[in-house]
Amino acid sequence: MSHKIIRALFDDDDVLMDAVKNVRANGHEIEEVYTPFPVHGLDKAMGLKDTRIAIAAFIYGLIGLGFATWMMNYMMIEDWPQNIGGKPSFSYAENMPAFVPIMFEMTVYFAAHLMVLTFYMRSKLWPFQKAGNPDPRTTDDKFLMELPVSENEDALVSFLKENGAIEINIVDKH
Amino acid sequence: MYKFSKKLKTFALAIMVLGILGMAYGFLTTPKDTHEVEQILKSHESHGSEHQTADVKHHDQNTHAEKENHANEHEEHVKHVFHQMQNRPWSALFISAIFFFMVSLLVLVFYAIQWAAEAGWSIVLFRVMEALTAYILPGSIILFLFLLASGFHMNHIYVWMSPEAAHDEIIQAKSWWLNIPGFLIRAFIYLAGYNIFRYLLVRNSRRLDNTKDYKTYIKTKNIAVGFLAFYGVTELFMSFDWLMSLDPHWFSQLYSFYVFASMLVTAITVVAITTIYLKSKGYLPDVNTSHIHDLAKYMFGFSIFWTYFWFDQFMLQWYSNQPEEVVYFVPRLLGAYQIPFIAMLFLNFVLPILILVSSDFKRHNWIILIAGFFIIIGHFVDVYILISPATVGSSFSFGIPEISSILFFSGLFLYFTFNDLTKAKLKADGNPFIKESELYHY
Repeated sequence: MSHKIIRALFDDDDVLMDAVKNVRANGHEIEEVYTPFPVHGLDKAMGLKDTRIAIAAFIYGLIGLGFATWMMNYMMIEDWPQNIGGKPSFSYAENMPAFVPIMFEMTVYFAAHLMVLTFYMRSKLWPFQKAGNPDPRTTDDKFLMELPVSENEDALVSFLKENGAIEINIVDKH
Repeated sequence: MYKFSKKLKTFALAIMVLGILGMAYGFLTTPKDTHEVEQILKSHESHGSEHQTADVKHHDQNTHAEKENHANEHEEHVKHVFHQMQNRPWSALFISAIFFFMVSLLVLVFYAIQWAAEAGWSIVLFRVMEALTAYILPGSIILFLFLLASGFHMNHIYVWMSPEAAHDEIIQAKSWWLNIPGFLIRAFIYLAGYNIFRYLLVRNSRRLDNTKDYKTYIKTKNIAVGFLAFYGVTELFMSFDWLMSLDPHWFSQLYSFYVFASMLVTAITVVAITTIYLKSKGYLPDVNTSHIHDLAKYMFGFSIFWTYFWFDQFMLQWYSNQPEEVVYFVPRLLGAYQIPFIAMLFLNFVLPILILVSSDFKRHNWIILIAGFFIIIGHFVDVYILISPATVGSSFSFGIPEISSILFFSGLFLYFTFNDLTKAKLKADGNPFIKESELYHY
């Protein structure tokens, strides 16, 4: 189902921030904001939910830690027992200091890579995905706010203009 | 302006008096001669724990004296234990003296870093940090008196100072650095330097309250940079002199950084706890959760930093397994100190990382207090394990001398800190970055 949306273009991040606050204070809903760089505090101003990537990262780190422990135990203790540092005890716990660097690296490796993949999936950035950016100028120096049209279209347009929008387009979005 | 409440003042003085009494008790109850030690050892023997008291150092001596007769060996053992028992109140005093002094000194380092980096966020915390450095003066006087007492053979804390060390080739090879006059002159230089820099930094910062001029600001910044350079060099030799030379045969290039990391995380924790305390009393209205959050981030980060150094120092020597290197870790990892050694890792690494890993948790005062409690206890145990194996060996325990030393020095620390807080406005509003600090938000 298609619906009409307004795309308001801004040319300054401070103006955009104030506009976002005013628009929300006025009871309008903001669908999305496109910016050329991360604007500090914009997520809070838009009322977005907190990211849960930190929790995911913690779990990924634990997976990496577990994987490294299993891997080193299999390689160095079970499959081909090694004499580590002249202490042939063949026990994982007693030789743990030697494995700590690997456990640490695997924790970081898993957390970092899986976090990036998670971010791509959540942002729908998989291969052959077409760019969802409505206006290429937002990759340069412009900021774009997308919001659904309410009953009173003209009032909304003039309200946005008052709040510093330099260009306003009304389009059908599918 | 802060008002030093009567209740707190009485509390600080009371624990100081208690501490002095306990320390005096500790000094008075040490065995006076080897006969008493013989009796104590006998009573231990009858309880069936005789050979546990022989520690690594004694084994060393045994191998040297293998050909000598058994009676001689026993006499030497008794003498060794006698020295360890006599050391106990001194060692307890030294541990607390150096712990509180280093905490205060590292607060000054953290404070100087804020100046040198022209940091904006921390200005509202400046007066808290300045007050916490007030202990440097009394702390360094006590520490210097202690080192002087060691230098004049009033205790056996430093093995390399004893007359027996004259026959030790390894110690003799190091005597160009490890000699008593040099040791005391260096200690004086370090301590005098820290006190002068502390005086200049704090004086200028307070002068800025009235003058509010840019020139004083730049001058203070330059003093802070100078202090950091001075500290960076002296910290290396200070740790070598005061702490690493306790085990004069052993060495580690990482040691100074390890001590630095340990005390820095404690210092930042103390800043955070003091800030939370003052805020709960209604002071520091400009400190918001973002400032506390930043301090908690430092607590978290430097806990891992400490673990990194701890592990670096440990792993290389554990892996290579060289006798002259593992001699340090044998009493700690395998000997009498095993339990506090492992417990310390939990307190200083596992608990802070699990408690403070969440961003939200770093914004709750009570969670920071819990984590800070573990960090301070953990790093006190850390300092205890740095010193005790070399000074009291396996005749270590945690009793009246240790607890009263903590009481005395924490009382002194409290008194000087909160007394210094009353001397200036709690808001360093002459600093050009004060606005940035007030508006600081995450």
